[in-house]
Amino acid sequence: MKLSPGDWQAVVLTLELAGVVTLILFMLGTPIAWWLARTQSKWKAPIGAVVALPLVLPPSVLGFYLLLAMGPNGWVGQLTQSMGIGLLPFTFWGLVVGSVFYSLPFMVQPLQTAFEALGERTLEAAATLRASPLDRFFSVATPIARPGFMTAGILSFAHTVGEFGVVLMIGGNIPGETRVASVQIFDHVEALQYGEAHHLAAVLLVFSFLVLLALYTWRPKALRL
Amino acid sequence: MIRLRPFLFATLMLLSGHAAAGKFTVAAAADLKFAMDEIIAHYKQDHPADTPQVIYGSSGKFHTQIQQNAPYDLYFSADIAYPRQLQVAGFASSPVKPYAFGRIVLWSASIDASKLNLSSLADPAIKRVAIANPRHAPYGKRAEEALRATGLWDKVAPKLVYGENIAHTAQFVQTGNAQVGIIALALALNPALSREGKYWLIPDTLHAPLEQGFIVTARARDNAGAKRFADYMGSAAARAVMVKYGFALPGEAGKQGAHP
Repeated sequence: MKLSPGDWQAVVLTLELAGVVTLILFMLGTPIAWWLARTQSKWKAPIGAVVALPLVLPPSVLGFYLLLAMGPNGWVGQLTQSMGIGLLPFTFWGLVVGSVFYSLPFMVQPLQTAFEALGERTLEAAATLRASPLDRFFSVATPIARPGFMTAGILSFAHTVGEFGVVLMIGGNIPGETRVASVQIFDHVEALQYGEAHHLAAVLLVFSFLVLLALYTWRPKALRL
Repeated sequence: MIRLRPFLFATLMLLSGHAAAGKFTVAAAADLKFAMDEIIAHYKQDHPADTPQVIYGSSGKFHTQIQQNAPYDLYFSADIAYPRQLQVAGFASSPVKPYAFGRIVLWSASIDASKLNLSSLADPAIKRVAIANPRHAPYGKRAEEALRATGLWDKVAPKLVYGENIAHTAQFVQTGNAQVGIIALALALNPALSREGKYWLIPDTLHAPLEQGFIVTARARDNAGAKRFADYMGSAAARAVMVKYGFALPGEAGKQGAHP
């Protein structure tokens, strides 16, 4: 399999993006999933619905709103400018923000399922042994929910690798910055260079298959969200 | 039940008659977005029985899709090379007809672009410049040629962001995410954009001509509506709309359609 330097750059960038997004999602998604799994609040359903939105929304909708919000006239854009960060569209970190929204349900839902399966009893038992809430989370809940963390991490990573529409809307196709593998393939096809498109597309196809194969072999029920 | 039959029969006749009356699909390059909408509207007035529909996108994508037998009856490309290739490969049922020459302009929604020129793009105050992707978008190729011809490419290249097609590029500028863009004159002249910003016409001596051409596809060989519309493109009404949107017409060299 022969990949051009441009293709390699796109692949490396894609892996970087998916890695950073997965790390951020672990930090952001875990408390959300924990809260959704345990709360009796009337806000549970609306918050759960908001988290699940990217599952059903076309990426173009998300990309369109992000482009407006993060632009110079949008509230996010004005915030980032006043903070001295500048504008987020056409930057790697802009893609990170977009991808975090886009992949959020793939982190939260498997974690929520894992946390719900814990049951109150285990945690109450830990509480009677004077484990603090934080201690209960890290020493009891986290180890038991480890398979859930694995599933959530793998799905978030793989889903970010497969992202296209949001990146196209807010990326600007800059080599080494926002030109990820899916966009690179699109460009090859548009430029009628089917040979190059085939190479990179095959890499993504094999990668995605292996990820899902590993997940299904290891946890047959993992994808029943 | 029996009474329903004549009704069903009539409906079927209507539907099939409808199709014969000229249902056809036009795949048009994104730079035609507004001009083609207007031409289609005129066409419908003159041919109320016909039901054309238009899809806008990048010329390169349509070229690929037509090779895979996409259901397009007419293909208007921003680069005449694409329909020529299709014709050679047997995907056309008409000769390639040149219909216009496009022009590129600097356009901005945040600064007065009429006071700019290409060398302004090197100004450090301008952080992002949007062009269509030169790898496959005809307007992007011409933008790159113009920047290279003026020796500005190396200075401007780090600021470039690439739109998928020329309308996508204009959208980057319209939302203010890129301060300046190189877009089609046809888009800059449309009310939706001309309300928001001014433009500077890039001299056409700086780039190869943007010769545009269309074909009737092979699948539309027996589609009377598609043929009618192909002929209509040569009419005075259609040509007037093209001129209004800044296109120069074939056979009228020197009479450039730009009205700044």
